[in-house]
Amino acid sequence: MASDDHIRQHVDKIYREESRRVLATLIRLLGDFDLAEDALHDAFKAALEQWKENGVPSNPRAWLISTGRFKMIDRMRRQSKFGPMQAKHTERLTSDAADSPENIDPGIGDDRLRLIFTCCHPALSQEARPALTLREVCGLTTEEIARAFLVTPSTLAQRIVRAKSKIREARIPYLVPPPEELPGRLDAVLQVVYLVFNEGYYASSGNSLTRVDLSAEAIRLGHLLAELLPDPEVDGILSLMLLNESRRAARTTPTGDIILLEDQDRSLWDRALISEGLILLKRALASNRFGPYTLQAAIAAAHAEAPAADQTDWTQIAGLYSLLMRVNPSPVVELNLAVAIAMRDGPLAGLTLIDRILDRGDLSAYHLAHSARAELCFRLGRTEEARAGWERALSLAQQKPERRFLERRLAQLKTDEKKIPVDVEFVRRQTTKG
Amino acid sequence: MVLSTFKLSTFYPIYKQMKYICLGYIDEKAWGKMSRDGQNTFVDECFAYDEELRKNGHFIGGEGLQESGNATTLRWRGDKVTVTDGPFAETKEQLGGIMILEATDLNHAIRLMSNHPSLRLGGGSWEIRPAADMSAILEESEQRRSPRKETS
Repeated sequence: MASDDHIRQHVDKIYREESRRVLATLIRLLGDFDLAEDALHDAFKAALEQWKENGVPSNPRAWLISTGRFKMIDRMRRQSKFGPMQAKHTERLTSDAADSPENIDPGIGDDRLRLIFTCCHPALSQEARPALTLREVCGLTTEEIARAFLVTPSTLAQRIVRAKSKIREARIPYLVPPPEELPGRLDAVLQVVYLVFNEGYYASSGNSLTRVDLSAEAIRLGHLLAELLPDPEVDGILSLMLLNESRRAARTTPTGDIILLEDQDRSLWDRALISEGLILLKRALASNRFGPYTLQAAIAAAHAEAPAADQTDWTQIAGLYSLLMRVNPSPVVELNLAVAIAMRDGPLAGLTLIDRILDRGDLSAYHLAHSARAELCFRLGRTEEARAGWERALSLAQQKPERRFLERRLAQLKTDEKKIPVDVEFVRRQTTKG
Repeated sequence: MVLSTFKLSTFYPIYKQMKYICLGYIDEKAWGKMSRDGQNTFVDECFAYDEELRKNGHFIGGEGLQESGNATTLRWRGDKVTVTDGPFAETKEQLGGIMILEATDLNHAIRLMSNHPSLRLGGGSWEIRPAADMSAILEESEQRRSPRKETS
């Protein structure tokens, strides 16, 4: 029947657009993730049945929230006769606090922000945070997340169950942290967003170089954060993600092989994403309260703005990496600084710096450090050292496109091709704090 | 409407505080190497902060522990209890004190313990463990243990 189809389509659309907001509010009202998920499910089921008869309510979200909540209390009451534990919970649910309209809709986005901060709480395990965020905030299924992180669905489900149980039992509150705690807690949120993006952008192992879904989810999260919590570093991370994403079509061949930044067809870069990224970057820089994500976005912008690879402003990029070293020092940032200096002052200057890092042992198991060293050696005509470096990198690299890339390099070494340019993007995989 | 007769809680009901057991770990060797002045500052600041927690109703119990060398561990081995010298596990950091803290939620507990001077001055760590709510289990256990009143 046409009208049934029509209602179903309408409910589907509302599910896509509103289900996460409804869930976020139900978690607050019911005080429990699992109850809220059941309530959400019941509410949409009821919508399909009742909207056919009575038409779509004027405020579908409020209708879904109060229906879900009511159905859940009903269910709890029926179960409460089964034992003192359940009785206690029902009593908890139906006691105190107000049943006011503000409680259902306390202003734009509030509950979603609560949900984000709860899913990214530092008291939850590092692995659980992105999984829980993708499940609850983004609405991905357990199977989808498991596939994206290359773990079995049961492993992933277990992580999520454990995290939810800790939230409940240790009583992690469903709150946006107060201003004095916000910087630290926002850091934990941005870490999750960036990890999700990077998992999508530089899949750490497996066949394909890019996994579109995770990067898109991270960008969606970034937009949501920017809307709910204006902050320079939120602008910064969103800008960084957009500028990286703009190169997606240009960074691999149709068969999935890596194309270096220098060799990319810049006409394939997505200009719309670049200009959005640049606007956000400008706003973040103007705030004068920016941090490491904004600096990384500024570096990405320097590449985005170069009309051709040989017109890249390496002086500016090296300066930005030095600044990043001061704000957020790490061996990987130092490696990137060394490569930028190599591009600015010549390979020998960069090689000295890379050797200093490797001698400390910090990055001796990091394949990109060895491949960067090999590239510089190759440029200096030290082919034996270059070969050793690429071989070492190959023994450490996990991901198939990267392995093919290194194998190509080694093969090219044999045919004694002329100068191979250093790839900067290749070593710019960032590890953020911690 | 039936709906309005239900009063719902916000995320966690505030009618009850949570009890968190805070286990303070210290590196006993590092403590031994600390200067007399350093030790005094540590003790003074920790006591002052504990006092503040007590005044605000958060500190509801706690003890500092003697060094782990004075610990004795009991275990069931085969069919009898064995007694051994020393703590449960030999690790770099040893349990140095415990505190029972009352807080509204984990964030509150983290906030209170983050300000504890022992972290800044002693280089140790605090493990925050929620106390288990045993009341329902206890109730069920009592039912099992109580003699049956009726016979069928």
